[in-house]
Amino acid sequence: MANEVLVLAEQRDGNLKKISLELMGIGAELAGKLGADLTAVVIGNGVEGLAKTLGAAGARKVYVGETSEKNYNTEIYTQAVSDLIKQAQPQIVLAGATSLGKDLAGRVAARVGAGLATDCTELRIENGKLVMRRPVYSGKAYVELESTASPAMASVRPNTYGPAAQDASRSAEVVKIDVKAATPRAVVKETLKIAGDKPDLTEAEIIVSGGRAMKAAENFKILHELGDVIGATVGASRAAVDSGYAPHSMQVGQTGKVVNPKLYFAVGISGAIQHLAGMRTSKVIVAINKDPDAPIFQKADYGIVDDLYTVVPLLTQEFKKLLAE
Amino acid sequence: MTFPPAASRRESRRRTPERRGAAGRASEAEVKIVVILKQVPDTETKIKVKADGSGIETDGIKYVISPYDEYAIEEGLRMKEKLADDSTVTVVSVGPDRAIEAIRTALAMGADDAIHVNDPGLEGGDSLATARVMAKVIRDHGFDIIFAGKQAIDLDQAQVGSAVAELLDIPQVNVVAKFELAADKTKATVSRRIEGGEEVIEVSLPALLTCEKGLNEPRYASLPGIMKAKKKPVKQVDLAALGLGAAEVGAAGSHVKILKWLPLPERQAGKVLKGMETAAAVKELVRLLREEAKII
Repeated sequence: MANEVLVLAEQRDGNLKKISLELMGIGAELAGKLGADLTAVVIGNGVEGLAKTLGAAGARKVYVGETSEKNYNTEIYTQAVSDLIKQAQPQIVLAGATSLGKDLAGRVAARVGAGLATDCTELRIENGKLVMRRPVYSGKAYVELESTASPAMASVRPNTYGPAAQDASRSAEVVKIDVKAATPRAVVKETLKIAGDKPDLTEAEIIVSGGRAMKAAENFKILHELGDVIGATVGASRAAVDSGYAPHSMQVGQTGKVVNPKLYFAVGISGAIQHLAGMRTSKVIVAINKDPDAPIFQKADYGIVDDLYTVVPLLTQEFKKLLAE
Repeated sequence: MTFPPAASRRESRRRTPERRGAAGRASEAEVKIVVILKQVPDTETKIKVKADGSGIETDGIKYVISPYDEYAIEEGLRMKEKLADDSTVTVVSVGPDRAIEAIRTALAMGADDAIHVNDPGLEGGDSLATARVMAKVIRDHGFDIIFAGKQAIDLDQAQVGSAVAELLDIPQVNVVAKFELAADKTKATVSRRIEGGEEVIEVSLPALLTCEKGLNEPRYASLPGIMKAKKKPVKQVDLAALGLGAAEVGAAGSHVKILKWLPLPERQAGKVLKGMETAAAVKELVRLLREEAKII
């Protein structure tokens, strides 16, 4: 087993995703504790340039796999990463708990026999071993696991760790890896962009979510206006989605998205246990609700008991003033 | 980990197109649809971690079909109904005695038959150990397409689907929100949800798809459905019948070990502004976010 912590860096359209630098941040910490080398692998079309960024972020070595295809492909990426793991034998492999990371990590772990914990919210070294903490029951409890196989593998929830510091004086050795262009049995034909220019809920730093009290799809407009001013992505509770006020892709909660922002506004959301499950790791929670007895106030850091239709537009105005200063 | 060689894997699929043709039966084009199902605590459940951190208190928990698995069942049933031939929907579940309730519910929704893998030796198995069991029974049963939930809502690992696909050497598409079978039944076009959008994927069959909310609206079991379900065949499989060694399943066959369970740190209720002039409350909230929380 090599003394190596390997990060599966994720990119889209040749741009490194934020999660990749977050993984480099925690990867450096773990590697430091183990006295191991931090390395990264990046696969895609025209991605060699990303080795520079990963090097500046602390990678000793960057494995680069060039593909002719722009799109992610489970089978091709799995083969390339599995081959690399078998050859480099890292003791820890880190991926993002993103749609790509989860898809790839699950398949790779099954192929190489890694001990995988998904969607981790804390990683640490204890007695020379990786301890992986992750939420279960949609965040109603946690478990801590260790791998009994090698490598230990973890996918890490976005926004859990800060990005690695960039130091342009550091650079990585670039190692080209072979990406076999086998004929895959599942191929991405097209990628459809649904959301606007806002980050996805799972990656957003600020979220404004509306609940049943929004009463109609049109009323989400005031949440979008607030979101535009503070750079927030708009979400919804299950009650709002099931009432047809918002699409399922906007749902936060146990049967929707699990989010981890710095700031979460729950607007007209009572705070059902399933909703809390999806957003309780938010660093700061703000509740706006007419009902002073709404359970959400038990979990919120700040709350306003008042009518959301008057509060939200005023809040938008106030932030606009503040941010113009 | 031991995998069977690729050749035997392919053979163990129900039959090749050539063999279908040779069989020459009227039902030669029927599709074997398999749905993977897990019984889990209802989403309303308040989870309480045992004081010694060894697990959760299970008293009084109401168990249901994992919500994402309901989309898998529904999609399997819709596919069968659309095909309108002798295609079958078989539910496969690994779980203790109580899992039969979830299996019966799936049969009441319309699945044809089920396989219930139940053995004390399977306890403590992680996703990979469970996937090994699933893959074995599914391979023995035969399959053309496998539907699963995108994750079970108890441990939320979202690993079993990919691992089963890997062990069966078939492609996977995770988090499917749209599914359409091609007319020749050799492939499907599916949409997979990703951050801020969807990937449209063409996948050849056999394949494993994990289902997302929005794929369909699962039906309720009808009363006649519930009556019929009582008579539908449920094959009980234990470790001996499974043909897997004790070292391949349960805790022994696992690659991760739970060290301990932890309760959630309770969030302290914070500052609630009430009975104030709205404008003053809003100003105060912004000030708190700026100066106290230092977040904006």
